[in-house]
Amino acid sequence: MNRFDYIRPASVPEAVAAAAVPGSAYLAAGTNLVDLMKGGAARPERVIDITRLPGLDRIEWLADGGVRIGALVRNSDLAYDERLSRTFPSVAEALLSGASAQLRNAATVGGNLMQRTRCAYFHDLAGACNRRVPGSGCDALEGENRLHAVLGWSEHCIATHPSDFCVPLVALDAVVEVEGPHGGREIALDTLHMLPGSTPEQETALMPGELIVAIRLPAEAAAFSRNARYLKLRERTSYAFAVVSAATALEIEDGVIRAARIALGGVAAKPWRARDAEALLVDRTASPEAFAMAANLALAEARPSGDNAFKIELARRIVVRALSLALEGTPEFMPALPASPFSTITGANHVA
Amino acid sequence: MSLSIGLTINGQPRTVTLDDPRVTLLDLLRERLDLTGTKKGCDRGQCGACTVLVDGRRVNSCLALAASLDGAEVSTIEGLAEGETLHPVQAAFIEHDGFQCGYCTPGQIMSAVGLIAEGHAGADPERIQELMSGNICRCGAYQGITEAVLEAQKILAERNRRAAA
Repeated sequence: MNRFDYIRPASVPEAVAAAAVPGSAYLAAGTNLVDLMKGGAARPERVIDITRLPGLDRIEWLADGGVRIGALVRNSDLAYDERLSRTFPSVAEALLSGASAQLRNAATVGGNLMQRTRCAYFHDLAGACNRRVPGSGCDALEGENRLHAVLGWSEHCIATHPSDFCVPLVALDAVVEVEGPHGGREIALDTLHMLPGSTPEQETALMPGELIVAIRLPAEAAAFSRNARYLKLRERTSYAFAVVSAATALEIEDGVIRAARIALGGVAAKPWRARDAEALLVDRTASPEAFAMAANLALAEARPSGDNAFKIELARRIVVRALSLALEGTPEFMPALPASPFSTITGANHVA
Repeated sequence: MSLSIGLTINGQPRTVTLDDPRVTLLDLLRERLDLTGTKKGCDRGQCGACTVLVDGRRVNSCLALAASLDGAEVSTIEGLAEGETLHPVQAAFIEHDGFQCGYCTPGQIMSAVGLIAEGHAGADPERIQELMSGNICRCGAYQGITEAVLEAQKILAERNRRAAA
């Protein structure tokens, strides 16, 4: 780990002022940043510890039924918040499908949004990575790339965004509140993460020094609470990033879909909202055929970036499955294995 | 750059001067405070061997900068037993063969203590396995670990019931 100056501001304006100096990085729990610093993929000269900033650790319900979640709320506190998990169940399910209990106890909402790709070549300093060192090339293109992007990638970068949490958030039109050197502003979560294009080093729409202070879920998103799921395919039962995942939400009236939301994880450098597929479902009878059409449309633009053509078919199937599960209804209790495609019955063990 | 922080470790208030902000909680415990019960496995948040409780919550001490935890209460494996009397989770790990080589065990036990306090698993072995998935055991003692957590949870619940009566 490189040497750095440790700065602990007492207020958001102080933090933003401190971070305005180039080479600064915000530190919350450190579950991603400290890991990256140990490996050398992140080398901040100044670490701005925001964990003491007042007022950022609250879940506030808004008068209209939406919710404002402070950037320092811990993943586990949010996931187990009774009203949150009742109102936005797919958000709670996604959170509980991510990382481990220890990491969820530490990791923050803002940190989850800002986490970096898990592409091995981004982490391996011996590898070429345009995201880490602009212009150095992309070793993933000819490397171990079976888990890489199938949507929105470029020849400059085929990395994926690893978050589970962001997938239902983007499906539900979450908004990110930021404070920066030029004041506060709001960014739709869907536009926070950037596709790589020719500048993969530009990972988010945040300006230098800008700090995420909260995310908001709009009241309209609560209309999906009875039919919302997150489904995540992993290479082991637990504690693994998604190969592909999907957040789905339906508003159904007499068997007819009035509104639909679909977002995919593990397929692109951002959580991938499938708006065309959503529009296709509106006013159709909820059926396997309709779900298959939506899944095909959601993946219509997908193409393999390496040895990962299988992910396109997996993603289609996970969309169909997640829509089918959403139609069945949000489970009364959080499944034992949240977001798992394994069927689980309380007291049963999927391992023979 | 020198930084003085206060921590309460296993109930004892400690003041620690850090000459370098890079020190993690794990390295502080092991290298500076001689509390070597907490183990360093991967040092990257993947194995859980370094699990301790910070303000009552289980976390990976390898990923926490000590400087950032100024004022926190830290519980480690060394603080669990009362004299010669093992904590129920420790006793249950022995009773159920919840380990072989023992390297992951302090982390497993601290994680189990945290899991039981969180109270989300009930008596469902699958939920316990899921909520213990942040602790890797390369000897593969998972079955014994799950049984140990179930039993310790029962004993602690009974103890709490009696204390409340």
